[in-house]
Amino acid sequence: MAAIELRGVVKRFGPITAVDGLDLDVPEGICLGLLGPNGAGKSTTMRLLTGQALPDAGELRALGHELPADSKAARAEMGVVPQLDNLDVDVTVEDNLAVFARLYRVPDVGAAVDKALDLARLRDRRRDAVDELSGGMRRRLLLARGLVHEPKLVLLDEPTVGLDPQIRTQLWTLIDDLRSRGTTILMSTHYIEEAERLADEVAVMAAGRIISRGRPAELIAEHAGRETAEVYAPPERLAEVRLGAEAIGLRVRPAGPAIAIVGSERADGGGIPEDAVRRAASLEDVFVLLTGEEAE
Amino acid sequence: MSASGEAAVRQAEDAERPRLGRLEPAAIGAVVSREVANFRTYWKGTTFSSVLEPIVYLLAFGLGFSATLVDEVNGTPYVEFVGTGMVATAVIFSSALPAMFGTFVKHRFQNTYDALLAAPIDVEELVSAEMLWIGARASVYGCFPLLVTMLFGLDPAPGMLLVPLFCFVTSLGFAGFGIAMAAIVAKIDQFNYVTALFVTPLFLVSGAFFPISGLPEGVQVVAQLNPLHQLVELVRGGAFGFDGVDLIRFAGLLAFALVMWRIAINRMQARLID
Repeated sequence: MAAIELRGVVKRFGPITAVDGLDLDVPEGICLGLLGPNGAGKSTTMRLLTGQALPDAGELRALGHELPADSKAARAEMGVVPQLDNLDVDVTVEDNLAVFARLYRVPDVGAAVDKALDLARLRDRRRDAVDELSGGMRRRLLLARGLVHEPKLVLLDEPTVGLDPQIRTQLWTLIDDLRSRGTTILMSTHYIEEAERLADEVAVMAAGRIISRGRPAELIAEHAGRETAEVYAPPERLAEVRLGAEAIGLRVRPAGPAIAIVGSERADGGGIPEDAVRRAASLEDVFVLLTGEEAE
Repeated sequence: MSASGEAAVRQAEDAERPRLGRLEPAAIGAVVSREVANFRTYWKGTTFSSVLEPIVYLLAFGLGFSATLVDEVNGTPYVEFVGTGMVATAVIFSSALPAMFGTFVKHRFQNTYDALLAAPIDVEELVSAEMLWIGARASVYGCFPLLVTMLFGLDPAPGMLLVPLFCFVTSLGFAGFGIAMAAIVAKIDQFNYVTALFVTPLFLVSGAFFPISGLPEGVQVVAQLNPLHQLVELVRGGAFGFDGVDLIRFAGLLAFALVMWRIAINRMQARLID
């Protein structure tokens, strides 16, 4: 049984269609990265799964529960780690965890809090107010709060957005641990590296629907080939190179100050300048080609 | 597995799962425990102002007026008249205002409700818990003016033991009112309209500072619909002796709390669920 099953889900906000006929299955025990630019519908999908948004059309099931009718029961078995820090900042670390242990009807609140403190590596800060914690500690606490009841399914909504690389790496280690224990994870992100590093499978979302899905390596092979050539040059020359590459059927995307010619192994000698830097094709190439957005 | 097989497995699983019902004490208790944890961080300031405020009012209105303008109202020393009336002002200021501002801040600035509603709790439980907590707190703060007035000569009476109950029921209604307002307004400064249009008039025509029998007849009729006026009358009943109509007053306050509870849930549902 899939942990999450969405069929033809539509969610509109006035004239804006945030989720547009979304079909999505998340099998049990995998980490699925929902990768998409801002406004792709990732957060709305998360809110639909927690019953905080109601679908205009379509069918949703989470852990076998029909949504939104049975969403309270579904939420009892899932953990949510939000994009925004919504901890109670004046309250102690352990009280923040205890409130959620009670909300999830955990039988032994004290033991659950201790376990969550260990997970977040915050045992020695348990009596400190959240206000006194560093940004990284707060993020770890937020993650631990979502896991205090040992859920079967975890929704991570942009778990590392706005964090510095060091804190991001700390969180990735925690998420990796979770994944290795067999917990099903649906993680929305717009960081390519995060999806590549953590997700068993990636679903690329744009304009409210999934436009491609697979293991990162499969997506790269399907959409970007083996190799990408990056060309660094003045704008006029970049324009010429672009035209040449497109003339032989290659796809070109902007890459900061350069252009990236995707699938350059198919160039057969022509179309790729000799000074181009050749590298393995990446998920970033796929993301930009599919969504037309610059990657982060 | 075939589609019919999968459906059968699902049905069996659904039957085994405990259904989460409405208004579960565990969910309500968890939200109240959150409020208590937060309250522990700010109770001193709130309690200090709740005790000091009636003392200041009693000194200003009670002693000031009784020394210069009014000696007594219907045979009750003015300081005791005001002291018992102050219960109503303590109740509205410790229920409607915290409900309005607290709910708004938790929803719009702290995203607290997003966090809570991702757990197995629904809007009905969330609003009920918030109202119960505010009601419990206001029922304690509502008694402070009475206790302070005793220092100014008010004799204790057995009926006063019911004052916390009267305060609790009234503050439930005003907490519901405040939560509903927080769900309706677009910006925090719009609470100025709510305060000017509802809170201040209700508190001025509650009969806390002067008997409403001195007001024009039309205003007296309208004042009967004011829950604060009913509370003032019940508190004075507790202090100086009840009469038969007090049961109707109490029933009216229960109805007010019930109606406001449903309105608050309805408005918050619209605000919190997209």
